[in-house]
Amino acid sequence: MKPESLVSITDFSKEEILDLLQTASRFEANPNQKILEGKVVATLFFEPSTRTRLSFETAVNRLGGRIIGFSDASTTSSSKGETLKDTIMMVSNYVDLIIMRHHLEGAARYASEIASVPVINAGDGANQHPSQTMLDLYSIYKTQGTLSNLNITMVGDLKYGRTVHSLLMAMSHFNPTFHFVAPDELKMPIEYKIFCEQHHIPYFEHSEFSEDVINQADILYMTRVQRERFTDLMEYEKVKNVYTLHNSMLEHSKDNLRVLHPLPRVNEISYDVDSNPKAYYFQQAQNGLYARQAIICKVLGIEV
Amino acid sequence: MNVEKKELKVAALENGTVIDHIPSNQLFKVVSILGLENCPNSITIGNNLASKKIGKKGIIKVADRFFKEEDLNKIALVAPEAQINIIHDYQVTEKRKVSLPDVVHGIIRCSNPKCITNNEPMETIFHVVDKVNIQVKCHYCERSVSKDEIEIC
Repeated sequence: MKPESLVSITDFSKEEILDLLQTASRFEANPNQKILEGKVVATLFFEPSTRTRLSFETAVNRLGGRIIGFSDASTTSSSKGETLKDTIMMVSNYVDLIIMRHHLEGAARYASEIASVPVINAGDGANQHPSQTMLDLYSIYKTQGTLSNLNITMVGDLKYGRTVHSLLMAMSHFNPTFHFVAPDELKMPIEYKIFCEQHHIPYFEHSEFSEDVINQADILYMTRVQRERFTDLMEYEKVKNVYTLHNSMLEHSKDNLRVLHPLPRVNEISYDVDSNPKAYYFQQAQNGLYARQAIICKVLGIEV
Repeated sequence: MNVEKKELKVAALENGTVIDHIPSNQLFKVVSILGLENCPNSITIGNNLASKKIGKKGIIKVADRFFKEEDLNKIALVAPEAQINIIHDYQVTEKRKVSLPDVVHGIIRCSNPKCITNNEPMETIFHVVDKVNIQVKCHYCERSVSKDEIEIC
């Protein structure tokens, strides 16, 4: 049987996404289940990522599976010049599932084609990070009770932020309205605007992060404006604080509004927002555990 | 004089393949796509010839060689107007245009230096997403490349 891997969120249909959300909520109700007893999972982190790795490893542990792997490629034979193919072929012999992060784009797709076991992409360079998208979807679903007909406002770096691109593609099944708030240098790329038009999804672009925009939103998805993305540092200095959310800006927002952020945050959400019940980014990270448990079972073909 | 030249251009092949209407600036890319550098057959290459259709054209004649259709279709990446003539016994027995396949294996190099295909000994795969304007997308890193940016490896 050809294993089913998860490389990109677009590998999943609308029905599969909805199924996964149901599975995730079952895991949230009961996160400790011995479903993976006797199974061995490899976490191959060719590029370090503490948050994602710990979340995946917790998911496996709570399901009773065992883990082998590495969190830094410098201690492995890939630093001796071994190809990715050889590493994957070797590890495939040992385990039931491979979870991998790699700094090269397309590495996970390639691994999924050569491995004899399923592969979950835990991030391949600037390309895809589907488990982040699943946890974003689960957070939206949990806080809004639905994924349909929502006003999703994305703020910050919309040009390079892979999380916003994947979220946009995944939400396209659910009739959203998008608001894109970004400085000129970091606007949503044209290909995603064309994607919206092809799918008849209304979108609005703003360069000003105003209360007007916030007050219409169901979900405020904040991202980090990174200094290294700017060719002109004067421009960075001008905009770095313009896209910061302060608690006072939420005063007239909708009751159901929730603020999401893929983390780590630097200064784009001020600390006075943390105690606001509309701040959801820490629970969002916790939801990652349940979303990842659901993904692991899905690719292994285990009914929950 | 003129007449002689014309005869030279069209009458040389007894058996083989003629690839005509190649844009002059793409001629050597076509040579490379078909791997003619390593082909032992006798090959005639003409370039910067006058063409009513595309201004200046290139032409390639390969004696005693008949390519697979899928190989010839790869030419469409750089020369969408190219025409294939199959010659048997001095006669054109088949005449057709190249047409772009849905998926191209090998041939194209991904322009993304951080793509896995540029860092592993492996074949590239590109999906043709727009056959009219010629746009391809890397199967691995998912980067889109337009016609003018396509690099042949």
